[in-house]
Amino acid sequence: MAVFRDAVPRGFRAKLYELNWALVLLLVLLGCAGIGMLYSVGEGSWDPWAIRHATRFALGMSMMLVVALFPPRFWMGMAYPIYLGALGLLVGVELFGLTIQGAQRWIDIGPIRMQPSEIMKVAVVLALARFYHDLPADKVNGPFGLLTPLFLIGAPAALILHQPDLGTTVLLVASGAVIVFLSGLSWKIIAAGAGAAAVGIPLFLRFGLEDYQRARIMTFLNPEADPMGAGYHILQSKIALGSGGFTGRGYMEGTQSHLNYLPEKQTDFIFTMLGEEFGFVGGIVILLIYALVLANAVAIATSCKSKFLRLTVMGIATTFALYVFINTGMVTGMLPVVGVPLPLISYGGTVMMTVLFGFGLILGAHIHRHAEPPQGAGLFG
Amino acid sequence: MRIDKQEQETIFTRRALLLGGGGAAVFLALGARLYTLQVLESARYRTLSENNQFNFLLTPPSRGRILDRNGAIIADNRDSYRVLLVPEQAGDLEAAIDRLGEVVPMTPGTRTRILDAARRAPGFRAVTAFEDLDWETFAAVNLNAPDLAGVIPDVAEVRRYPSGPAFGHLIGYVQPASEEVAGDDPLLRHPGFRIGRAGVEVARDMDLRGSAGSLKVEVNAHGRVIRELPEQSVQPTAGEDIQMTVDAAVQNFAYERLAGESAAAVAMDVRTGDVLALCSAPGFDPNLFVTGISTANFQALQNNERRPLFNKALQGTYPPASTFKAVVALAGLEAGVIRPNERVVCRGSIRLGDRDFHCWRRGGHGPVNMRDAVKTSCDVYFYELAQRLGIERIHDMALRFGLGPAPELGVPGVRDGLVPNEQWKRARFGQPWTTGETLISAIGQGFMLASPLQMAIMTARIASGLQVSPRLYADRGNPAPPSMGIAEDHLALIRDALHAVVHEPGGTSHYSLGGLGVEGVEMAGKTGSSQVYSITAAERAAGVRSQDDLPWRLRDHGMFVCYAPHDRPRYAVATVVEHGGGGSRAAARPARDILRFIIERDPSRAGPYVQAPASTEAG
Repeated sequence: MAVFRDAVPRGFRAKLYELNWALVLLLVLLGCAGIGMLYSVGEGSWDPWAIRHATRFALGMSMMLVVALFPPRFWMGMAYPIYLGALGLLVGVELFGLTIQGAQRWIDIGPIRMQPSEIMKVAVVLALARFYHDLPADKVNGPFGLLTPLFLIGAPAALILHQPDLGTTVLLVASGAVIVFLSGLSWKIIAAGAGAAAVGIPLFLRFGLEDYQRARIMTFLNPEADPMGAGYHILQSKIALGSGGFTGRGYMEGTQSHLNYLPEKQTDFIFTMLGEEFGFVGGIVILLIYALVLANAVAIATSCKSKFLRLTVMGIATTFALYVFINTGMVTGMLPVVGVPLPLISYGGTVMMTVLFGFGLILGAHIHRHAEPPQGAGLFG
Repeated sequence: MRIDKQEQETIFTRRALLLGGGGAAVFLALGARLYTLQVLESARYRTLSENNQFNFLLTPPSRGRILDRNGAIIADNRDSYRVLLVPEQAGDLEAAIDRLGEVVPMTPGTRTRILDAARRAPGFRAVTAFEDLDWETFAAVNLNAPDLAGVIPDVAEVRRYPSGPAFGHLIGYVQPASEEVAGDDPLLRHPGFRIGRAGVEVARDMDLRGSAGSLKVEVNAHGRVIRELPEQSVQPTAGEDIQMTVDAAVQNFAYERLAGESAAAVAMDVRTGDVLALCSAPGFDPNLFVTGISTANFQALQNNERRPLFNKALQGTYPPASTFKAVVALAGLEAGVIRPNERVVCRGSIRLGDRDFHCWRRGGHGPVNMRDAVKTSCDVYFYELAQRLGIERIHDMALRFGLGPAPELGVPGVRDGLVPNEQWKRARFGQPWTTGETLISAIGQGFMLASPLQMAIMTARIASGLQVSPRLYADRGNPAPPSMGIAEDHLALIRDALHAVVHEPGGTSHYSLGGLGVEGVEMAGKTGSSQVYSITAAERAAGVRSQDDLPWRLRDHGMFVCYAPHDRPRYAVATVVEHGGGGSRAAARPARDILRFIIERDPSRAGPYVQAPASTEAG
């Protein structure tokens, strides 16, 4: 019995049987919420957002299932190549990228316009998971075990910050740090790192930020002091949420959203629109779905035998959680305005693809949770 | 190695659950935040949302009309056919304006003006492309409107003064409020709203304005109106109509009669004080000011030496000259310093100290009594009377007849006249009064000044014996004027003398007027002329003999006051013609003609004569 239960499923049907359908259902709910809200953003029209979102979501879900079917060995092998490729693209963005709304984030490859920083979010997780998987436990707190992750996280973080994209940088550094933390970093070093951050972050805020980024942080601290300036977005978002009340203004009835008081409602502020139209109830339901998704991911992580899978799942879950936390924290006025979308609900192709790719890895980890790929294989092994 | 791995797994699980717990805490915090915003503070944000969503657009009220005593329109509002352009809806602005140009002919200058205005305005705000289009063009725009994106045919109200310049001074005009006047008042800032800027329009502005309505509209974040909510809107309340005592026909006649002169005329009902006409010539067309007067037109008005922008009837002050003599005569009678039949011999001048005071008739009038003196306007008689009276008694009587401080009329800019006395001269010049000044004052010259309105009041009070005050607004009550308290036999004597001025040979206006020209109605009047310039000996030698030889601006002012019917006085008219020469020449005929026009319009003149109980007329 025990042998049977712990066996790694082989073959398409066996793997499909092991698929975590609960998680898939939760993701579908989020995707449908996104389609519904984008239909409202379009004033009751599928065009231009809802239909594209639906198409991408369908494509992304298919990709997710395909990703889930690949064995962990494959992704371990791909971890470093993907990371190096993403790093190369980031350098490419630095050199040849498109500048959209003041930030150089995009790169055109033939017909595809993509944000390498989004790919890097998954890539850095895979690379770190692979690294710790291979690293003997006693080396984690050694110089090699400390410096390599620092480089793996630091290099892309520096490039993304330079674009400049504060939100993605925070996301990347935080999910990398979580993997380092989970792989057994000693509390002494954590304490030392926290100390360094306590000194470094104020310095960074003073010297490392663009003016508009600093303004956003200042505005966050007191948004109503400048209602028509930078604080306008936060204030209007709070008005929209607050006026939604307990049960909301009704689907497609949100005046703040439909009269354009709400900025970027199809992307960063879609949760606000949801909160205006469906009220406290709607907001809590969405938060609950996200919480269930994350609880599911943590459960999957702890159930995995291999370090690579555990760390990958937690890294991706962290990225996902940070998306949710930063976005909802921002639109409810708890955090400064940083351009982070609400995963699977906000309009935007690259983010949806990376998120669903990540969930492909999580679902794959669940299917292959009993697999124990060898340690210390070669770079591409 | 295995132990290590197990240890590592334990660390991982513990730390993963720690993170999971942290995540749960964040979710709780977010939930609590949503609860605060959406449940606890919802009402506040709901209000803010509605403030965002709804806006109230001001709808300006119609300005009240100004009517004459018979209900004829002096000022009302007309529809102006306008074409508005909403840049946001027009697409390519230049193309849109060119398309409009195919319907409404426009010059390149107009095209540039519209284009500039459209580019400056926020895209959703309509700019005025054309105003005051004729009906055919406007109809053509309406017809083509579906093909003209962003073009809105519109009808707005514009002030109209049908009589034009005849009423310019009295009624004034309206204009948009200036920046400092408007302040933060949304109605005053409204581009379609006008406030009174002169005359009755400013004096009764608050009555005429009415109150604004508001149109509730839903607006988006860019301020564009999404829809109107008329059921939650307040209709504007139109301003009050104002009825004046003025008779538009008389006013128009008077204005036309003064055409070509620099002159003023005031006509009053002597029993009620109703102002039937009050005009100043040349005038200006207030309609020009409403739509925005061109710089060239305005400069032409400003630079005209006959001062069309200046209301001579209220703001012009002139020596009343001989028209004042009746008042001095009454003062003499009341003081008892002269008997009516006492004769003063006029030899053409009298000597006072080392100075000669001349009569206007160089040869003198010979012996004259009071009636003769008024009739022939003998200066020497009044020099003698002045010496007996002294300046104070002349001053007091002048004030009783409405000279001196400006009368209350109910429009701005009524100027004070001037009646001097000893105290005034000491205060003004720090010098003592001289008897010579008393003499000059008694013939209405020297320091004496009075506006045409004051001359009309003086005449009305002589004619009625009542202390009438000018009344401009029929919609405002007027208490019955009290008696002047002047003995009726004194008044009768003066009125008889004033009648003789026109109707008896030797009267100063007998030759030029000879009468009113209405059968069965006779008039009374008094001439006056005030010297502007003394013809010098050198000029006399060079052949300048009379006023006609002088340049216009140096000629005497002429004035004439009169009333009719002489035996049952009802209407008084005063005219001043600047540089018109002696009063019997330029001023008398227009005054007589205006008086005749009024008498002929008065239906009561046809009926049997009934002495009106003067003191009961009010309102």
